[in-house]
Amino acid sequence: MSKSTAFSWIRPEPWGIHIVPADTWVDPGRAVERALVTHGHADHARGGHGETIATPATLAIMDLRYNTREGAVGVEYGETLRLQGGVDATFFPAGHVLGSAQVLLEHAGERVVITGDYKRRPDPTCAPFEVVPCDVFITEATFGLPVFTHPPIEEEMAKLLGALEANPDSCVLVGAYALGKAQRVIAELRAAGHHAPIYLHGAMEKMCRLYEEHGVPLGELRLVSDHEKDDMRGSIVIAPPSALNDRWSRRLPNPITAMASGWMRVRQRARQRGVEIPLIISDHADWNELTRTIAEVNPQETWITHGREEALLRWCELHQRKARALALVGREDEDE
Amino acid sequence: MKAFAALLDALIYTTSRNRKLALVADYLRTTPDPDRGYALAALTGELDFPAVKSSTIRNLMADRVDPVLWTLSRDFVGDTAETASLLWPEDDISEASDVSVAKVVERLSGLNRNTAPGELAKLLDGLDSNGRFALIKLATGAMRIGVSARLAKTAFAQAFDVNVEEVEEYWHALSPPYAELFHWAADGGDPPNVSNVPRFRPFMLAHPLEDGTVDLAEYAAEWKWDGIRVQLVRVAGETRLYSRSGDDISASFPELLDVLPMDAVLDGELLVRGAAQGGEEGGAASFNALQQRLGRKTVSKKMLKEAPAFVRLYDALIIEGEDLREQAWEARRKALENLVPRLPDSHFDLSALVEARDFTHLAEIRETAREEAIEGLMLKRRDSAYIAGRKVGLWYKWKRDPLLVDCVLMYAQRGSGKRSSFYSDYTFGCWDGDPDNGAELLPVGKAYSGFTDAELKKLDKLVRQTTLNRFGPVREVERTLVFEVAFDSVHSSKRHKSGLAMRFPRIHRIRWDKPVHEADRIETLRALIKD
Repeated sequence: MSKSTAFSWIRPEPWGIHIVPADTWVDPGRAVERALVTHGHADHARGGHGETIATPATLAIMDLRYNTREGAVGVEYGETLRLQGGVDATFFPAGHVLGSAQVLLEHAGERVVITGDYKRRPDPTCAPFEVVPCDVFITEATFGLPVFTHPPIEEEMAKLLGALEANPDSCVLVGAYALGKAQRVIAELRAAGHHAPIYLHGAMEKMCRLYEEHGVPLGELRLVSDHEKDDMRGSIVIAPPSALNDRWSRRLPNPITAMASGWMRVRQRARQRGVEIPLIISDHADWNELTRTIAEVNPQETWITHGREEALLRWCELHQRKARALALVGREDEDE
Repeated sequence: MKAFAALLDALIYTTSRNRKLALVADYLRTTPDPDRGYALAALTGELDFPAVKSSTIRNLMADRVDPVLWTLSRDFVGDTAETASLLWPEDDISEASDVSVAKVVERLSGLNRNTAPGELAKLLDGLDSNGRFALIKLATGAMRIGVSARLAKTAFAQAFDVNVEEVEEYWHALSPPYAELFHWAADGGDPPNVSNVPRFRPFMLAHPLEDGTVDLAEYAAEWKWDGIRVQLVRVAGETRLYSRSGDDISASFPELLDVLPMDAVLDGELLVRGAAQGGEEGGAASFNALQQRLGRKTVSKKMLKEAPAFVRLYDALIIEGEDLREQAWEARRKALENLVPRLPDSHFDLSALVEARDFTHLAEIRETAREEAIEGLMLKRRDSAYIAGRKVGLWYKWKRDPLLVDCVLMYAQRGSGKRSSFYSDYTFGCWDGDPDNGAELLPVGKAYSGFTDAELKKLDKLVRQTTLNRFGPVREVERTLVFEVAFDSVHSSKRHKSGLAMRFPRIHRIRWDKPVHEADRIETLRALIKD
């Protein structure tokens, strides 16, 4: 724990970040009285809080996943909420998934930004990240190693569509996280001119519908369970990563396994998962985005919440930036 | 280089053997000479650029990337070539230029230690990330992409519809880019002329017997000696010694290069004189003694005197121009028995047959193999020809049962390749006294096999949860877990603090249930030494 008295109203604990004067937690890993939630992924959002403060889209996602209805307080991007103890909270887009937000906290003349998860690349399914100047920048570091540079998504789409074209008797099974990644892949496929029906694993259906209700068109989607093997030849099928090597995939026609994840940058990671077509598509900032963002935000201090914090700490040191690592538990996202 | 880089990439992501074969075959069919020849050499590990070492790559990176960021990245990725290919600073690469594999090989061959860094940097500058990966793999020779030399040769045979055994026959007499081989297979030219080269012939290999039995009327039994399998070849007066994989190891054993009095191709066990195996008379030393002589480029006189090597003969493939391989084992054995008296007994003897009344009797004899420090028995079908490779039903190896000892997990190291990011290499120890009376654990060995993928995950988790110290890729863990370790033999060693070295240790069982103070003591292991 830092001995400095500045910013002492913000206290990182292993299960979340505590805003002390407001007795409010950001993305707590256990049920609390009052929580600010940056986005709907399970390592940030959970049910059971007394009061849940989040963007309307995040609340809709939490309602779908955790039945969060009671005590839900919606805050639009740019809107400021006065918490108790003289703390102001403002939500800004984080560009990670639908509804994802960074939280700006202001207290006693000090500004702290908590990014949650974020990325800087354009994404047709969510609002783009905004640079919010602050004194303390609390950033993620999921891909905080210089080996992680995400290529332009157009290249990855070309790889996927190329494989589809080369294997007309097979389907290409794409492993993609059910919230965010799946919808982004679909939207980017549409943008690349692929208008054929896309088949979904049952676990994807409701989230896709939710995205469409929030103004993200996804084109014609079909459920795998409603169709015969032969219908799916030459098609793209999207499933959660856990289903890739599961018995579930036996109902597909000669599936070629692809996976959309930032981890696919590392060949052996792809091999470990038995992936034949690695698609380097991530909803997190890559190394260059992480370092560029710290430079642009230009805070007095950078706090690093989770991921490969050692390398990002080293980068801060090399660039004479004050930084520290917060060891938050339960924030390791293998499926990303 | 683009096509070659794409091939490597595709091979890495392909798990099916048939699809790997198809990928390589397709590349060999569609790529012009001499590029395909050099690519084939790269896949089979036949290229060697002594000026380029793994350290050359690391030094290049040290000039370009912060050392801490390099180490963290390398540690995460688990492969130096891949890490370097990802971290190499990228300027604009002109799309149109594509340097050929042959050109790359030519430039790499011309390097010395002084010119290597600069030239390598120039090559890397002209390539994209995939190309850089392929170049570094090619230059350092450590492919590790899940393609064995055998698979590459099989793909060659498949590409041009020729017999893979015939490819093997020519292979060791030719060198990259194998122009004669492609001329023969791809263009229907004459077969390569290899008659005057002392070349390697693929070995006939054995399957483990497992739990089966055989009829001794059909199979002959002989000892499986604990040395290394070698092939001694003399053609036109020139002798060469080959290891099981076909590597030329003549330089390490000069005493065997002028003692064969006639042209022949002989199959046997390379051993060092001593008393551990088969008693005092004509006996052989333990594998430990032989190991001191392996891998040496030059051999001292002292070494030749103290640990002289000889070959215990198993089989004869060719004697004075007569190819015996098509003949039955019995006929070849007779020819070998007739040959041995003509050889100097200082450097040759005959591996004796093991006579038994029946299989049960043979099993009893096998039990004594441990006392004799012999690896076990070989069973050979009496009517079988000498057939390269491992054909079911012809030869069996029936190893003595392994020794077992209970050890405690002390350190774990991250694996590489497919296991990078998993703690998969385990160092374990035994107590140097009474564990309830202040004894300490001393490391006795290291193993990285014998467990399932599911167990690996569980072990990896345990290592992460019980870490005491980190030393780069190694973690010291709390002493909580007992491994039942299987090993073939144990020898005294000055290299280790425990004074012991195990041979072929592997995890036999993970004893999640066993308390660590019940693990074995060093003295138990020491009693098993047979040096």
